[in-house]
Amino acid sequence: MSQTNNFSNHRLVNWFKLSSPSAFYPLAGKLIPFFWVLTLAFGLAGLWVSFFVAPVDAVQGQGYRIIFIHVPASWMSMFIYLVMAAWAGLGLIFNTRLSAMMAQALAPIGAWMAFLSLWTGAFWGKPMWGAWWVWDARLTSELILLFLYLGFIALRASIDDPRRADKASAILALVGVVNVPIIYFSVKWWNTLHQGASVSLTKAPAMAQTMLWGMLLMALCLWMYSIAVTLMRVRAIILEREAHADWVRQSIEVKS
Amino acid sequence: MWNSPSEFFAMGGYALYVWSSFGICALVLILEPLMVRARFKAIIRRLKQEQLAEQFDKEMSK
Repeated sequence: MSQTNNFSNHRLVNWFKLSSPSAFYPLAGKLIPFFWVLTLAFGLAGLWVSFFVAPVDAVQGQGYRIIFIHVPASWMSMFIYLVMAAWAGLGLIFNTRLSAMMAQALAPIGAWMAFLSLWTGAFWGKPMWGAWWVWDARLTSELILLFLYLGFIALRASIDDPRRADKASAILALVGVVNVPIIYFSVKWWNTLHQGASVSLTKAPAMAQTMLWGMLLMALCLWMYSIAVTLMRVRAIILEREAHADWVRQSIEVKS
Repeated sequence: MWNSPSEFFAMGGYALYVWSSFGICALVLILEPLMVRARFKAIIRRLKQEQLAEQFDKEMSK
């Protein structure tokens, strides 16, 4: 046995082995129910706090409750993009198939989160600002994020060879990362209609504790949800792309 | 906080905005995994059919 194999076999968890689609496929299948349970638990708790515990806002009345889905969806849209770009970059550096498949699986759910962020934002902006949409720095950069996700998906779909599609889309994903800090800091850098950050790492949050809890619980719910859906999708992608590998043929063996 | 269910659904006059936001989110978040599952099952079905076709071909050429 070679030196490198000895090295990797002595680890508690053999990460090298897990990076192969054939090892990850059954593991992902086992993890999915676990993440669905967490999604449901955090979701019920989050909705309970959002609608029955958090007090009414002094300025915006009950309309502010959109915050409990708007902010978590916006956070996730940015966070998923960073994770997607990281997987795409890893795939580019190490030439591992699974990394590229993970990036591919994350793009649709990230696009949905960006869409939901814009949608709930429009339905919050209308009663509070009097407009569904304004060409404000925060809104525009979030729209660009949605287009980056759609561009990533479209670029993949337009290249027939999956390995070339991996490389081209990875470069697009990495270039697009520059947009994430622009979204995040847009409310500081420019005078925008959009309010400042609701939660900041450096100063105490400018809101009631229960509101903060509602947002955090909803964010955890969407986080677990995104993991569950991504694992489901990556299993479908693995099956599609490895369709002719022996392990796939054995795992779906037809009983005749 | 809410004195009656109708007061809850009225959301202090913001019903349209609050329920459109949460409603569409719920719709998207529920449909998404169902669509992924349908795609997964379709792939399994296709792969099984391919395998059956191969077996059939082998038996025919015997």
